[in-house]
Amino acid sequence: MLGLVTPLASGNRKVKKMSEPSSSAAAKISSFALLVIFLTLALSLVALILAINVLYTPNQEPSVAGYLLLIGFLGVALSTYVLLQTRKRIKRLRIKTPPVITTVECRKCGFKNIRDFQRGDYIFKEVEPCEKCKENTLITAIYREVKEKRKKTRF
Amino acid sequence: MNEMATITALQNQIMQEPFGEYSWILNVLIYVFFFVFMFYGQKINTYIMLREVEGSLYKLKYIKDKGRKKAIEAIKEIGKAETDPTARVDRFLEYFTIAPKSLDPAGIVGKLEHILDVRETRFKDDVKLMAPEADRTQINNLENTLEAAMALNFIYKIIRHFYLLGKKTLSLYIIMQLQMILPLVMREAEAYANALKAFAEGQPIGDGVGALVAARLTQGHPTRIIAKDCIAATVPLEGRTAYVVKAEGPGGNVGKPGEAVKTVIEENEGKIATIIMVDAALKLEGEEVGEIAEGVGAAIGGPGVDQFKIEESILEHRIPINAVIIKEDIGDAVSPMRKEIFEAVDKAIERIKQVILEKTKEGDKVIIVGVGNTIGIGQ
Repeated sequence: MLGLVTPLASGNRKVKKMSEPSSSAAAKISSFALLVIFLTLALSLVALILAINVLYTPNQEPSVAGYLLLIGFLGVALSTYVLLQTRKRIKRLRIKTPPVITTVECRKCGFKNIRDFQRGDYIFKEVEPCEKCKENTLITAIYREVKEKRKKTRF
Repeated sequence: MNEMATITALQNQIMQEPFGEYSWILNVLIYVFFFVFMFYGQKINTYIMLREVEGSLYKLKYIKDKGRKKAIEAIKEIGKAETDPTARVDRFLEYFTIAPKSLDPAGIVGKLEHILDVRETRFKDDVKLMAPEADRTQINNLENTLEAAMALNFIYKIIRHFYLLGKKTLSLYIIMQLQMILPLVMREAEAYANALKAFAEGQPIGDGVGALVAARLTQGHPTRIIAKDCIAATVPLEGRTAYVVKAEGPGGNVGKPGEAVKTVIEENEGKIATIIMVDAALKLEGEEVGEIAEGVGAAIGGPGVDQFKIEESILEHRIPINAVIIKEDIGDAVSPMRKEIFEAVDKAIERIKQVILEKTKEGDKVIIVGVGNTIGIGQ
């Protein structure tokens, strides 16, 4: 007899995941660093606005506008890069743990139930009676599925 | 000559045109940069490396703190202790084990085994005090959880030590060595972070694949305790009698397979046709997870006590020993079992049957040892 696979149960786990953001000091960005980044960003934007003003004002040296544009763009690029890097650092701190799946199988009728892992589950543990034939079911598999991004190599 | 003069003129033009009368500032800056990098280049490099190490150290601290928190939470949840276990956990994280002196190596295996037994008893007693309501399986799981937290604490402290030492001495060579090994250290730390969750919840881990193979073979057959934390079942397989040995599950435990193999050999007066050991093995980069390989020798890791005992026993009776290994990386070995590893169990059983058919005759007796941590795997 073919075993039936039921959809995954979800949301029945109490334990906090490792991937959740932490209040730990390691995960925080210093407020001083943030202040410097945003100050640089603001000053760079001011430089860009001034450059546009200079460009549209008659009798002004165009090279001044050029310098201001250069400073503005460099400042914006630098502060955005630093900001993104600090965000990346926080992201890097999180550890992703894929969900662990338990397969419960009825030995008599072959009915299969796939659900989230629950504390106390172990392989070859007899669990709740089968939904179809009321026989005791057995946990036959506990595993996690990893979706790996494969990088192509020649070897 | 003419060409050289043209290049110099062009250089001057390029340098001077955009900056006009202020071009000397650029010249001075170039010289300053040149001299700064000539005299302080190595120091700048050192500071850059220190920054990199600091970033990893932040992550290690985060992982270590999470690990400690997770261990305390698990003890509180399972053990239902009346007092707060935090102080005791913090003390546990600082435990150390001193290996016996190897100046005179004769008898060192016995000494090492004794030290490891004392360590295990001490750990279990401490866990019982921290979690009085926990049963045997939960005590084993909590002990494994605490050991993973301990490993994270140790990794963090070692990296912090060399980071601070490098910062203090500004020695490029200390910092460079640290920076070079950091990617591997970080991989191991992340693996232990995943292991913590698996141990706390009692999930099977990749290292348990050998035990899972043995558990599959023992299904439907009565089991008996053969050595400390080890079970054995007598299973008819391809017309032979197989003694299948594994650690007693489902608690986190590796048992004493060395002692178990010795007992089975003695019970059969050395009349064993072959021993087949199944274990998880570290894969090389480029190899597939769950790949199976076959060879000879005692496939068992750890401190070496069990390998020594198995080798001693088989030498006495000249019993051939075969090994079937399932490949995985360090991260997979200590984190919840991957689907690929789980699916490799059937293939490993097929390989075992093939070895039995090729290397033994009908009616022979064989020993199959499923090596590994049996957390989350019954029998």
